[in-house]
Amino acid sequence: MSNLAIHVRDVVKSFPAGDTRTYALKGATLDAKFGELLMIVGPSGCGKTTLLSVICGTLKCDDGRIEVFDHDLRIMKDGAITRFRCENVGFIFQQFNLIPTLTAVENVSVPLILNGVSTREAERRAGDVLDAVGIGDKRRSYPSQLSGGQQQRVAIARALVHEPRMIICDEPTASLDAATGQKTLELIKSSAMHPDRCVIVVSHDNRIYHFADRIAEMEDGRVTGIFNDPKNYNH
Amino acid sequence: MLGIALKMLFRDRAKYAMLVCGLAFCSLLMCQQTSVFCGLMMWTTAAVRNIGAPVWVVDAKVEQANEVIPMRQIEVERVRGVPGVAWAVPLFIGMEQARLADGSFQNVQLTGLDTGTLTGRPMDMRAGRIEDLRLPNAVVVDQVAVEKFRRKGIKIALGTTFEINDKEARVVGICHVSRSFFGQPYIYTTFDRAMEYTRPTRKQLGYVLAGPVAGVTDAELAARISRLPGLRAIARDDLFWITIRWYIKNTGIPISFGTVVILGIIVGIAIAGQTFYLFVHDNLRFLAAFKAMGARMPTLAAMVLLQAFSVGFIGYGIGVGLATWFGHVVLAKEQPPFFMPWQVPAFVAAVVVFICSFSALIGLIKVARLEPAVVFR
Repeated sequence: MSNLAIHVRDVVKSFPAGDTRTYALKGATLDAKFGELLMIVGPSGCGKTTLLSVICGTLKCDDGRIEVFDHDLRIMKDGAITRFRCENVGFIFQQFNLIPTLTAVENVSVPLILNGVSTREAERRAGDVLDAVGIGDKRRSYPSQLSGGQQQRVAIARALVHEPRMIICDEPTASLDAATGQKTLELIKSSAMHPDRCVIVVSHDNRIYHFADRIAEMEDGRVTGIFNDPKNYNH
Repeated sequence: MLGIALKMLFRDRAKYAMLVCGLAFCSLLMCQQTSVFCGLMMWTTAAVRNIGAPVWVVDAKVEQANEVIPMRQIEVERVRGVPGVAWAVPLFIGMEQARLADGSFQNVQLTGLDTGTLTGRPMDMRAGRIEDLRLPNAVVVDQVAVEKFRRKGIKIALGTTFEINDKEARVVGICHVSRSFFGQPYIYTTFDRAMEYTRPTRKQLGYVLAGPVAGVTDAELAARISRLPGLRAIARDDLFWITIRWYIKNTGIPISFGTVVILGIIVGIAIAGQTFYLFVHDNLRFLAAFKAMGARMPTLAAMVLLQAFSVGFIGYGIGVGLATWFGHVVLAKEQPPFFMPWQVPAFVAAVVVFICSFSALIGLIKVARLEPAVVFR
């Protein structure tokens, strides 16, 4: 197995805007390795989230090459990409996207159920992961009964529970205060990192850049720089 | 994921309650109104069902069971002469006025049964014996007479007397029969005495009841008798449906009830469709998250369909249950009319399935168009 988890070359993605098209990605190129936390940073509107969507297969690119775990996402059919995401990708969203009518353990069990695990077994394993992220005692709580930090922990548990090879984090600290944001990244770093997994975080919160193993800087739809020493990254 | 779908539905209590209430109200409205309509139609055929003769012979111009065009009594003999007739007896049904002991009047449906055979007798006698009709001045009254007379302060019991056209009528029995469309009490007596109670006219025979010999069907016999000039013979089941069709065609009853049923459907579609649309719309972000996490469209479609049909099933159950309870209560009082054949809940179920399918379809269109990437916006 190659150490390269994600291989993105000259990816173009545009969206219709009236009679014309707006280009969100204009030839983005990026590699991500197994066992690393790659942070994609840049100003608002530079194409970070679009690149993230293309990498995890929720958006199809117009042009370029995109290989994730040696799968060419451009030639895969929709059903195959959906299955690929189901098995290989864990999501941590900016707004958490926890189902308000499901308890923490039920929310966390969703990816397992989608992968065909029985509800009982899924909830057992979800409970174990909630224990691991430190909120096992809140497993029967609904999202509205949890603080922002606790909700993000549930979201992290949901992203990890089916042991995916890629974790996608979209602005994971945007809805949190500074201290909770730091703790969240510490948790992601401590619980999500694995030699067979890559973690991609999109953020413009410069207080968490030091958690990255590498930083990819984006501007105007392109990756303009890769920084291997995030602690000395000057944005 | 179906379990997750149900939890999402049941725990969103406000919308769940709204959906169930909407569908329950719609089911109740349709089921109750349709059953009252069916009950009303059954009332129009009360005479046919109460008398129960296989073949009814009437004047050729009669269009339905409650229309009486008097015939000559000789028609009974003509009918008896038709090959295949095992028996034929006269029947009188006419509206008369009974004068009660306190001097008040009550319209009654006077029914004169063949004196010899008492063909068409009420089957459910609550007091007395039907054979006592052969006693002097004897009549048998139905439960409606007891109720109507009681409202006027007169308690009807065996031996009670009242007058019909200044002639004494003495109650020798109390029966229970289907109510008539016009709600008048049935007063049973013999055909001969009915002739005495009514004002004499040249033609007084309302119906001839007939039965076929073995090997001849009711319809065949009716066809044979109908060949007699001036007569129309109708088999019991045909007369039942002819009468109902006549009321549907010639009265505003179906329009009145149909309007309410259509309103029920519109209310159901509006409330359930709109609320379910809102329910799906509010959950779109989460459905998109499921889609991003790898839920395939058939899985999401199954979730939405299960949610729609769950509320449909529960709402239908509550609505039909309430309509049945209503029916149970009113049947004890026999007013308003209520009859719920299996076709009524089946019809309501079909409408609820349509409403749920429509609601689910609106939601599914939204879900199908949903880009999983919206979870990042």
